[in-house]
Amino acid sequence: MFAFLLTRIFRALLTIVLVVTFAFVVLRMSGDPAQIIMGPDAPPEAIAAFRKNWGLDDPIWLQYLHYFGAILQGDLGISMRDGQSAVELVAERIPATLQLTIPALILKLALGIPAGIYAALHRNSLIDRMVMAGAIAGFTMPSFVLGLILVLIFSVTLGWLPSGGQDSWTHAVLPILTMSIGGAGILARFSRSAMIEVLGQPYIRTASAKGVAWARVVRGHALPNAAIPVVTIVGFMVGSLVAGAVVVESVFSWPGVGRLLVVSVANRDLAIVQCIILLIAATMVVSNFVVDILYGFLDPRLRSNQAKA
Amino acid sequence: MEDHMPLVDIRDLKVAFDGVQVLHGVDLTIEKGEAVGLVGESGCGKSVTWLAALGLLPKKATISGQVMLGRDDLVIASQRQLESVRGRRIAMIFQDPSSSLNPVIRVGRQIEEAIGLHRGLTGKAARAEAKRLLELVEIPDAGRRLDNYPHEFSGGQNQRAMIAMALAGNPDILIADEPTTALDATIQAQILDLLARLRAEAGMAVVFISHDLGAVSEICERVCVMYAGRIVERCPTAALFRSPRHPYTRGLFGAIPRLDAGRERLKPVEGTVPEPGKMPRGCAFSPRCGRATEKCRTSLPILSRLEEDCDVACFHPVLEDAPRHSSRKSAEALSMLELI
Ligand SMILES: Nc1ncnc2c1ncn2[C@@H]1O[C@H](COP(=O)(O)OP(=O)(O)OP(=O)(O)O)[C@@H](O)[C@H]1O
Ligand SMILES: [Mg+2]
Repeated sequence: MFAFLLTRIFRALLTIVLVVTFAFVVLRMSGDPAQIIMGPDAPPEAIAAFRKNWGLDDPIWLQYLHYFGAILQGDLGISMRDGQSAVELVAERIPATLQLTIPALILKLALGIPAGIYAALHRNSLIDRMVMAGAIAGFTMPSFVLGLILVLIFSVTLGWLPSGGQDSWTHAVLPILTMSIGGAGILARFSRSAMIEVLGQPYIRTASAKGVAWARVVRGHALPNAAIPVVTIVGFMVGSLVAGAVVVESVFSWPGVGRLLVVSVANRDLAIVQCIILLIAATMVVSNFVVDILYGFLDPRLRSNQAKA
Repeated sequence: MEDHMPLVDIRDLKVAFDGVQVLHGVDLTIEKGEAVGLVGESGCGKSVTWLAALGLLPKKATISGQVMLGRDDLVIASQRQLESVRGRRIAMIFQDPSSSLNPVIRVGRQIEEAIGLHRGLTGKAARAEAKRLLELVEIPDAGRRLDNYPHEFSGGQNQRAMIAMALAGNPDILIADEPTTALDATIQAQILDLLARLRAEAGMAVVFISHDLGAVSEICERVCVMYAGRIVERCPTAALFRSPRHPYTRGLFGAIPRLDAGRERLKPVEGTVPEPGKMPRGCAFSPRCGRATEKCRTSLPILSRLEEDCDVACFHPVLEDAPRHSSRKSAEALSMLELI
């Protein structure tokens, strides 16, 4: 078990390092922050001074070493734009994002999983087909399109809900809905197929054959097995709690981490972008880790593998 | 006439999946405490017969005929009635023990669940009973093994656990659907012995579904041979081994697996079983049968009494006794089985 944990932790750290490195390289290759931050009319001397100041003239591997060394000391840098600490800038946006993503996650689970289970239990019925059609529509529609449609209906036409901003809870309704529908669709499809797979297993027939009532077969024998694959998807959704709102925050001008990311990329504000990417990678990795532990909890076959490893 | 009532009386049972008929009218009675073998090639409807009787087929199956258990007809029984029959009057165990137990529930709890359902025991009492049942099926260190998961049991142990679970409701009849097919030869023999012993002790009837005539002969007094959704021969085991009357049964005897060749599925007689939905007119076996005549290809032989206790569905049954070599071969196979 200890060895298992150790390899998992090592792998998690490696993932983070790779993601951070990748982000670093791509950002340095894709445009000169000095030019963008100082503006098109800046005199060449000012730009040269900026480059010197931020170490942008060093060879890229040296910049990388500096950057990495700083991270190891817990220093994620400061914004090139206004000199504020990147960590602080990002951290103060996190609550706003969680205000959207946590209710959205709950909504996804509450809609998607029961719908998928119901559809599996009534396979090929009218309701099954409707649920699946809805699910496919839900997760194939890009969220900016869905967001705009919802705004058109509820803000522009009906005038029930505001279309942007963060002044009251009503402002959160449309972004949360927009974020939930796709995920609920994915979960519905996933739970349905997991459930159908499990219901076809011999042990379900065994449970029925020994006289267990159908409702109890479903609850006691099918659900605990079907939960195992569904946990993967849920883990993925939990992993994107912090950063899962990039598009939606932009559509609804919601001042969260996602919007900060978009703005900072446009500005080539390297420290902030890297800080957010690190945050995204870290939440993904942590939730992956939790999912693995949870797997062992749900599936005794894996548990004994883990114990052996 | 009825002062005698068989335990289970299946009459003209027909099953179709999405309109394709796979059982064409099965008649089968099981008396209290007797052991009946049900043999035939893969796909002939052995499992479907009993899954239909217990209402365990998927919804797309249409079932007609009667399955009388005492005075109740299970074919028209409500879900509630069926649930009270399953496990308590009729228990069933299956071919692949390792996937027949729920992988995420401890073996002990799966047995306790059946005990709770059929005997109302819970908690410590249920656990003690589960332990007793595991001991009854000869699992060593039963108290500790209760807390294991199915993957921590071997295939044979899983089948024993299945049997323990089936015994939990003190059923009148146990349907064992190829309980040993997935196990290796030594374990097969042990499970057969166990079934024979438990049957004698509990006085329950056993329906033993198998491809393996040797195994059937060890346990069963009577054998029913199925072909393509019908019973084609029905007689006492000894008579069947002495003189199989249906050409198909004779073919099966030619195919008793030789022990030195490993245990293969029966592949008797030239040709293959007709696909359901593409049944030939007349006798379903006629295209593969050396004795078939024009009559066999146009009209259907029904199961009828040929001699004492022996029913055959054939216009031209084999009347001479089995040729020496095949009876010797089967005797050889049997004696070797007993050696194991
Ligand atoms: N759920 C199902 N849906 C459709 N067809 C089925 C289903 N179950 C069984 N059948 C068909 O019914 C026929 C009889 O199947 P059955 O399982 O009873 O055969 P069997 O005699 O038990 O064979 P085996 O020895 O391989 O277990 C086969 O043709 C099979 O394809
Ligand atoms: Mg079968």
